Amino acid sequence: MELAVYVPLLVPALAALAARPLAARLPPAVAAWLLTASALALALASSAALGVLALSAVIRIRFIDAVGHLSGDVLRSGDAVSIPVAVLAGGLLALAAGAVGLALRRRVAAIAAAHRRARTLPGTGQVVVTEDDTADAYTLPGRPARVVITRGMLEALAGRERDVLLAHERAHARGSHYLFTSAARLAAAANPLLRPVAAEVGYAVERWADERAAAETGDRALTARAIARAALATSARPPAGAPLAPALGIARGAGPVPRRVAAMLVPPPGRSPLLLSATVLLVAASAWAALLAGLDLHQLIELAQAQR
Amino acid sequence: MAPMLDGPDQAAQAAQGGFDAERAAHHRRAAGQLEAAVLAELQQAGSALSPGEVRERLGGDLAYTTVVTILSRLHAKGLLSRQKAGRVYRYAPVADQPGLAARRMARVLDEEADREAVLARFVSSLSDRDEELLRKMLGQDLGDQEREG
Repeated sequence: MELAVYVPLLVPALAALAARPLAARLPPAVAAWLLTASALALALASSAALGVLALSAVIRIRFIDAVGHLSGDVLRSGDAVSIPVAVLAGGLLALAAGAVGLALRRRVAAIAAAHRRARTLPGTGQVVVTEDDTADAYTLPGRPARVVITRGMLEALAGRERDVLLAHERAHARGSHYLFTSAARLAAAANPLLRPVAAEVGYAVERWADERAAAETGDRALTARAIARAALATSARPPAGAPLAPALGIARGAGPVPRRVAAMLVPPPGRSPLLLSATVLLVAASAWAALLAGLDLHQLIELAQAQR
Repeated sequence: MAPMLDGPDQAAQAAQGGFDAERAAHHRRAAGQLEAAVLAELQQAGSALSPGEVRERLGGDLAYTTVVTILSRLHAKGLLSRQKAGRVYRYAPVADQPGLAARRMARVLDEEADREAVLARFVSSLSDRDEELLRKMLGQDLGDQEREG
């Protein structure tokens, strides 16, 4: 049990490092599904591992065997987890539970608010054009989802570039992409090591919508230009004396928009069954290790019950 | 140019409920950042301010209606108190223990971050470096493209 329980705690760190290179080599739709499912599985497995670590120390406390009618000798015969480790594990698990609870409540509220706005937007069509000079375009999740485009954005784009924009936003609406990003963020709340994975999910859904737009318009170069022109339009009037915005993409390498444009100027990544299977195997191994550790503990407790 | 938008192609009256007022800011700043900026100004001011005064202190580049909307929202969230002074309200941060106010502010801003995250924006903000990169990547392309239709 010793080693098995630590595997689910280490794999998320690997996932954080591997997320971006992995996603770059897979079709965006595949990457989005893979990364989201992996993040959820890894978050569950790591939380379970923390639980097992904490619990395996708790059952050794003399008080427990008396209260639970269990054999203290059997309970204390299992692999010993050091007290500091167990306390740390318990603390981290409690923090994770709190963080997930908070994040879930906020996210649900945000999604509900978006649904309300989507319902109350004027007009009956999916697309709403607002009288606004600033260039902006986004999709509101809802039943039905609505696409909001400002007059400023329409004017910033030329001809068929507007088709790109529409196709992109509609892809978000059709695919309910907000579910992917929300799930990944919740997983990252449970295990902060997964934050880079959640960030890559956000990027992957944008690429997914870009690829759908390119497929619908049949022109990758056009799609690249549309993304670039739209982005430059939103930066057209730099804020004067505004509070400093968080540094997006300044840290390392290019930000998401140049990366998206670059990805459009080359053919899309092809399927890579090898990468896909390798990732699924690693995540499954992590889940399996957590399960093994849990079963081990369960067996120990059962044995202690039997031998009382 | 063939119309590509379904539904009415004419501009929609989207100013209801302050919805569009949020987006009427000239600059691409998240709503949460605007709220933070307004709160900061009020805390520094040391006395209650009217929307016009807040707007001036922020550099005057926000629409007046935007400032009014932000102030009302902050008031509704319990972060500001207000008193009628003539025809306008004057707003002040709720006289609170600093820790409590800070926690509330953090919660408000986090909620805004979630609201932003749920929208799927076409493009995110660009750093200066990104802007340069984009212009370089497309080089001639952008300049040569004539607007069609």
